[in-house]
Amino acid sequence: MTNKQQITIDGQVVEFEQGQTVMDAAIAANIYIPHLCHNPKFKPQGSCRLCTVNVNGRHAASCVTPCEANAIVENHTEELKAKRKGIIELLFLEGNHFCPSCERSGNCQLQAQAYQLEMTGTDLSYQYPSRQLDASHAEVILDRDRCILCELCVRASRDVDGKNVFAIAGRGNQAQLVVNSDSGLLKDSKLTTDDCAMKVCPVGALLIKKKGFDTPIGERLYDNQLISEVGHHHPYETSKKTP
Amino acid sequence: MVAIMPEQTQAKALAFLSRTNQKNTQADISKTIQEAMAVYALDASCCLQILILIQQRLGYIPPEANRILTQSLMLPESHIKGLISFYVFLKYQPLGKFRLFLGDNITDRMLGNQDVATKLCQQLKVSERTPRSDGRVFIGFSSCTGLGDQGPSMLINGFAISRLTDERIAQIVALIEQDVALANWPEALFSIDTNIHQADHILSAQPFTGQALAQLSKQPAEEIMQELQSSKLRGRGGAGFNTYRKWAICQQTTNKQRVVVCNADEGEPGTFKDRVLLQDHTDTLIEGMTLCARLINANHGFIYLRAEYLFLYQPLVETLARRRQQKLLGHNILGIEDFHFDIDIHLGAGAYVCGEESALIESLEGKRGIPRIRPPYPVTSGYQGLPTVVNNVETYIAASHIVLNGGDWFAEQGVANSAGTKLHSVSGDCKQPGIYELAFGNSIRDLLTHCGGEAAQAVQVGGASGTLVPAKDFDRALEFDDVPTGGSFMVFSKQRDIFDVIKNFAEFFRHESCGFCTPCRVGTSLSNDILGKIAHGQGTPHDIERLSRINDLSSSMSQCGLGQSAHNALNDALRHFPDCFNKRLQTKKHALALDFEQEIVRITLNEESH
Repeated sequence: MTNKQQITIDGQVVEFEQGQTVMDAAIAANIYIPHLCHNPKFKPQGSCRLCTVNVNGRHAASCVTPCEANAIVENHTEELKAKRKGIIELLFLEGNHFCPSCERSGNCQLQAQAYQLEMTGTDLSYQYPSRQLDASHAEVILDRDRCILCELCVRASRDVDGKNVFAIAGRGNQAQLVVNSDSGLLKDSKLTTDDCAMKVCPVGALLIKKKGFDTPIGERLYDNQLISEVGHHHPYETSKKTP
Repeated sequence: MVAIMPEQTQAKALAFLSRTNQKNTQADISKTIQEAMAVYALDASCCLQILILIQQRLGYIPPEANRILTQSLMLPESHIKGLISFYVFLKYQPLGKFRLFLGDNITDRMLGNQDVATKLCQQLKVSERTPRSDGRVFIGFSSCTGLGDQGPSMLINGFAISRLTDERIAQIVALIEQDVALANWPEALFSIDTNIHQADHILSAQPFTGQALAQLSKQPAEEIMQELQSSKLRGRGGAGFNTYRKWAICQQTTNKQRVVVCNADEGEPGTFKDRVLLQDHTDTLIEGMTLCARLINANHGFIYLRAEYLFLYQPLVETLARRRQQKLLGHNILGIEDFHFDIDIHLGAGAYVCGEESALIESLEGKRGIPRIRPPYPVTSGYQGLPTVVNNVETYIAASHIVLNGGDWFAEQGVANSAGTKLHSVSGDCKQPGIYELAFGNSIRDLLTHCGGEAAQAVQVGGASGTLVPAKDFDRALEFDDVPTGGSFMVFSKQRDIFDVIKNFAEFFRHESCGFCTPCRVGTSLSNDILGKIAHGQGTPHDIERLSRINDLSSSMSQCGLGQSAHNALNDALRHFPDCFNKRLQTKKHALALDFEQEIVRITLNEESH
């Protein structure tokens, strides 16, 4: 099959190949759909729901929705913007995200999404979790209160590093990131700082010790540019250039 | 796929799962773990089933199990941890020799389950949710146990006891204090009524022992499929997908192996019609699955039985064994050379979300019950990636009837887009709670007249995720195009406070959200918090707006039906019964966003609920 098929995203005609998701097609066409748990290098999982778009009038997470010929996709609508902002609020209030004291500030995609969606605060109740902090590893710290359960480290460690260091345990609002070792601690896992799993965290849940503030605040990836302008690149995988 | 030998597996599993095998002697931990693994021949995909056997015999999952299973099944440590922390009936801690979980659905509450808990606690000198210091007994709560017509009810070490009268409570207390093994408890305590009050084609029929299967030699398969098509049968679990289409799509896949799954994970609060079908019409169910297997060319089947129906495990195993002897199951069914089909039984372990078909398949594969991203749908890529038909208990039974009596016969009943009859599980404020089989298209009022609940102020149709219908809408019809239902029908009299219903459902969804996607995970938790605040008289009009906003996020942005429907009843109640919220509000005006006293209440509530 050589004839390319098409969808439209906010009126723009976008070509796709069989098997591509709406997100794939958007990335190929340089259209930005906000997302957190998606990274084009890994199997999509569709859990953060930030990339929800309207496909032929129905809500669907673009990272896991296959393109169908002639589908009409809406990405930038007031309704979606409000709902995406709502999702970001939920993620903020579910954890402890104190940007001013976080090493990831400016390179954090959760923070960047909040800026982009013009979230200034939330009137919903903060949950103030106190999940186990794992500082046992000589070079890595895991702050579960900042984890947004995107499972990027789970996928990276399993699919790229071949180490399967991380998994999710628990259910509902008790779900959290666990470490695959006898003790359940990072020090007894096979994790090393050059693992792919260490380069994909969109927030400040997984940090390398003794390496803070190499790039000063103010010069970080999202400090001077919206995440929608930066595009699909991750602070620790690419240079700071726009695509 | 591992070659299955269901007969041997089921016989061995019974040693763990039959009530008459529940002894009080201390089981050897490592021997138990080894035996449990041996039942499933060290098959890692049966990891959840192995854990259930260990839990059942030891009363908890000891740390050794983590280590041994990790090594023997070659699974990551975190996989085992993930399972135990996901399924509520698997416990890390030995809670006690006798573990009592009282059903805590709204209808159980209306029947006084809290009084029962208090009495049990007083008489057994134990506090709720705290093991007694001698390790004898534990009293806790669980989601709907599927006994809404005969509550208050409970599970004791997994086995259901209904009708908890004072007399029966005293009897249970004495047996526990005397340390009598469950195997030696009086049989009568465990009898579960069927309470069938209205029977039509399905419920009045005798169990099928080959009558429908005999059609296979009288009619070509294509004709049987045509009967199914003309019957217009739609799935009875709730979603209502056309059954013929599901089977036809599966049949047309190119894969050589296909799988037939029966969803007997009847978790929707207030539903118990599948329990009754499993009690009285097991043969017809298995016949329906066997027909499906022949028509789609599958030779492997599963029944996924919810944990609360553990008492049905043994009768189910016995029926399967008898049907193998009758040549209605197993090798060369009906003597037909290439007709092989057998059925495994997998137990759930307390996770409502596993009623969602793709989460159910994950659970069948021994994983946490997280709904899959769809497409692909199970019908093309289901169990172990194989094309899989998943249908509800009632659907397979209806299919058996259609094959025997024809599609037109079936479609004569019901209405245009909802053919046939539907089983309703009626509970709550009515004279005769129980099972009613009515043709689709009957109104809510019709069913209320049958069950003696005419004076209701509202009914909840389709379970906690369904529709709250106020009295003014009782003429609406029970059918897919109007008020769809998977079979739950909870009746609320004018004396009930609808707020209590909504709060109960919010607690349920907070507890049952799988935690995978943001809007459902956080949304169900937040709305329960806000309702808790309102219940304590600390709410403001702003909280009502917050509830609407969370509902909007959760219903439109969630990944599966659980999150999409978790706030339906709340939404209905805000529309039809605003007063039940408003009368609890602290002020009718908007108040300060941060009030220290309110915050303290909220934090205290949070701590209590964890």
